[in-house]
Amino acid sequence: MDSAIQQKTSRRVRAIEVTTKILFLVCSLVAALTLLLIIFFIFSNGIPAIMEVGAINFLTGRTWTPTHSTNPQFGMLPMLYATFISTIIAFILGSKIGKWGAIYLMFFCPKKIYRPIKTMVELLGGIPSVLYGFFGVAVILPFIRNNFGGTGNSLLAAIIILTMMILPTIINLGEAAIRAVPNHFYEGALSLGASKTESIFKVVVPAAKGGINGAYILGIGRAVGETMAVIMVAGNVSRMPGTLGDFFQTSTLLAPVRTLTSGIAMEMSYASGLHRDTLFGIGVVLFIIIISLNLTLAILNRNQTNYAKES
Amino acid sequence: MTAFEINNVNLFYSDFQALHDVNLKVNKHEITAFIGPSGCGKSTLLRALNRMNDLIDGCRVEGEVLLNGVDIYKEMDVNVLRKRVGMVFQKPNPFPMSVYDNIAYGPRVHGIKSKPQLNEIVERCLRDAAIWDEVKDRLKKSALSLSGGQQQRLCIARSLAVQPDVLLMDEPTSALDPISTAKIEELVIQLKKQYTVVIVTHNMQQATRISDNTGFFLMGEMIEYGKTSDIFSVPSDKRTEDYITGRFG
Repeated sequence: MDSAIQQKTSRRVRAIEVTTKILFLVCSLVAALTLLLIIFFIFSNGIPAIMEVGAINFLTGRTWTPTHSTNPQFGMLPMLYATFISTIIAFILGSKIGKWGAIYLMFFCPKKIYRPIKTMVELLGGIPSVLYGFFGVAVILPFIRNNFGGTGNSLLAAIIILTMMILPTIINLGEAAIRAVPNHFYEGALSLGASKTESIFKVVVPAAKGGINGAYILGIGRAVGETMAVIMVAGNVSRMPGTLGDFFQTSTLLAPVRTLTSGIAMEMSYASGLHRDTLFGIGVVLFIIIISLNLTLAILNRNQTNYAKES
Repeated sequence: MTAFEINNVNLFYSDFQALHDVNLKVNKHEITAFIGPSGCGKSTLLRALNRMNDLIDGCRVEGEVLLNGVDIYKEMDVNVLRKRVGMVFQKPNPFPMSVYDNIAYGPRVHGIKSKPQLNEIVERCLRDAAIWDEVKDRLKKSALSLSGGQQQRLCIARSLAVQPDVLLMDEPTSALDPISTAKIEELVIQLKKQYTVVIVTHNMQQATRISDNTGFFLMGEMIEYGKTSDIFSVPSDKRTEDYITGRFG
């Protein structure tokens, strides 16, 4: 009798064990499979379209007239260029502001104002991007219009809004990375007579490099992928804002631009046939950019200890 | 000759009083050991000597700590103090950079830029810390690749590189194996020719092996302070005797 009960119980326990394992496996596979499905559908629709247009034509063509009745053109270079330029400049500005902001929060911020600032930065990271767009429309566009002329819808507006949008990512992750550096590095530097600033910039921040690089890459990823806020302020004209040579003229910064993501989002609702598939083609390019960014991070951090991940 | 003179020091962490009226003198070119059970205030006192406690919110020091007659809390810049009073920590804490850069960090901070001069300092300090032969072929390798004992000697070398007068050691061997411990102890005895050493230790044998003077602490009070040979053979206080004979702590 006793052994029968034991047998029954152990069988039941094993059944529960196996079921849980399978259940959890399925849950984790949902995420992984989603990625695979996204890759599959983007590439299976996009690659044939790129082939049909011609990869060189597609990537370097400067004219985007997909709905032209007799001679539609599918040149995405202006969008690629706008994404590239707006991301790079937003990153240059945002990474510095973000890193120094993170250092301030970690080492210099008085306790009383730490919580309010930190909460606001976290909130900034959580608000929907369309609300950034509202801010752009209500504040940035009039500012540009009144000070530099034009409508305000411009590359400059996109850069400003993207800089603001990547700040919370870089500050929050950057601060976490710096906080994760064991305190004994900081104490060790101080004990040698190094000042607070010397200790922070020459020992603690370099030690946090792995995590800070991660924050940077996520920030860039956000800038590349941001769609809604950019649509609302960038003007959305698929035209080169200026050649590389005369980039530093204000006319370039004030020209309206369309980025990769805003191009896809605006046209998908009415596109059909080859036009629709070329939008998937843009998706392929976008996907490759994001993958390259992550690979870059992996290569940069090959030899870095990421204390944030270790602890 | 006195390096540190500690007069009526009371130390508070917010409301908690961690040290009660501590008075003692640390002699130059001698090794002074602080012993006592955990939480007795010995590490707190050590960290008061280079103002490491400044990092702790709500920490307050009353009384005076004089280094060569100068009050370190009132009359001295804290960075100058820490250059003159180096510290070696319980857990070896080499910076995540090369062996060479670890040693050169301090001198660089204090304005030495010339490569030959830095080379000379790095070699001299690594020799003084008895680790030169083990690392001379991998000066460019990460300091984190060294063993625990080597890391600790590297940290000692790093402290020596800024030419301190005093070296504070906070249980420097408690994370090390017996062989590494023996090497560090030997090294510390060598160092007292040039430096004044104050060491906190949990290990009473260690105190008897290396120190000239010993202070015994209990619940934030200094119970007894004197020659190590006296403290361990003829303690004048019953509590000291109880502690060193292993009746508590």
